[in-house]
Amino acid sequence: MLARRIIPCLDVRDGRVVKGVRFRDHEDVGDIVDLARRYAREGADELVFYDIAASARGRTVEPEWVSAVARELDIPFCVAGGIRSVDDARARLFAGADKISVNTPALENPSIIDQLAAEFGSQCVVLGVDSRVIEGAWRVHQYTGDPDKTVIGHRRTLDWIAEGVDRGAGEVVLNCMDQDGVRDGYDVEQLQAARAVCSTPLIASGGAGQKEHFKSVFELAKVDGALAASVFHKGVIEIGQLKAWLGGEGIRVRP
Amino acid sequence: MMIGLIDTGCANLASVRFALERAGLDYRVISAPSRMEGCDRFILPGVGAAGPAMMRLREAGWDAALKADRRPLLGICLGMQMLFERSAEGDVDCLGLIPGAIEKLPAADDGIWPHMGWNALETLDPDEPLLAGIEAGSHVYFVHGFYAPPGPVTAATCSYGRPVSALVRQGHVAGCQFHPERSGVAGARVLANFAASSV
Repeated sequence: MLARRIIPCLDVRDGRVVKGVRFRDHEDVGDIVDLARRYAREGADELVFYDIAASARGRTVEPEWVSAVARELDIPFCVAGGIRSVDDARARLFAGADKISVNTPALENPSIIDQLAAEFGSQCVVLGVDSRVIEGAWRVHQYTGDPDKTVIGHRRTLDWIAEGVDRGAGEVVLNCMDQDGVRDGYDVEQLQAARAVCSTPLIASGGAGQKEHFKSVFELAKVDGALAASVFHKGVIEIGQLKAWLGGEGIRVRP
Repeated sequence: MMIGLIDTGCANLASVRFALERAGLDYRVISAPSRMEGCDRFILPGVGAAGPAMMRLREAGWDAALKADRRPLLGICLGMQMLFERSAEGDVDCLGLIPGAIEKLPAADDGIWPHMGWNALETLDPDEPLLAGIEAGSHVYFVHGFYAPPGPVTAATCSYGRPVSALVRQGHVAGCQFHPERSGVAGARVLANFAASSV
């Protein structure tokens, strides 16, 4: 049986791992390869590297650090941030990334999802979605790497997820922005709604603060994986202990 | 012992290369059958779709070369699927080194497709050399939407709403549906076993 995945997310800026609260006030939390190695050793099932400044500044991630991470890791990892073309994606995949995630560029040009799926297969293509409640509906945000450039998208989150999957995304990471960095628990309601429209693997993001949050998002929203950053970076939760506890609570995890 | 890592031009070789390097195994990237000399065994990696991948294999003459060769061959993921006779992905003829056909993997009971993540191995053939020293129930990493239904060539399975071939073997030709290069300690052991095994 398939195990639920625990996925540390490393927000990368200028070659370092950073973490902010609600997309602001980023603080340095360490070296990319050091943290990647540590999380793999602790039992992380997968890693996501988000170049948070890439979309906002109109540049793309540097394959050099992708390659450095790929050399070290014996678990899968996904690279996100500013991938605007098939060539951008190819560079990251050929540097050793297992998946690439598109967010802002897909909002600007949804057909990039189709192109990436046709070229590399859906299994490589992750749709990243930043969402929050606006005027009574969950809606998609753009340019979340830089607060000065954040604009409100008009798409409804659930419509966008369904469209992305239809276009060939093989996985969806739903980042619930209202919860991001505040450690108050995942947005189970929104993730349940997303689960209902998402036929591919779905990863919860935003809000993890205690081990109980992971249990409830797996049990209630039936997500395939749970992504978190600050609780892991700051040592609030140790991944090995989290997975052992989840296993004891009846959640299927990789020991 | 020299492993020939087959470069079809459309597969992601980096992660397999790095895994071989971490395991301390010698390998050589070979982009044409004329470069097979000097290699003791071969790995056929694969990501992407079966149609374009088979087209490039044929263009480079790999189909005839691999059919004629008797050295151990390990296909990984799409590389495993291309060892079979046909694939429903793009409805293409494959290498035919292993009997059977690749079919579309039905969605799991919860409706989720593709099969992506860590799944537990169930060993059918306890003598399978690639699984030597790997504990029953070890988790390995899968990412695929098509599959080989279990049959006589299946040495290990996993469960994704139904049994799925995780490791297959026909004589000197073996394939794993999972990614040993991304499957932690268990995956590294599979690669080391491949380098050390007599078949």
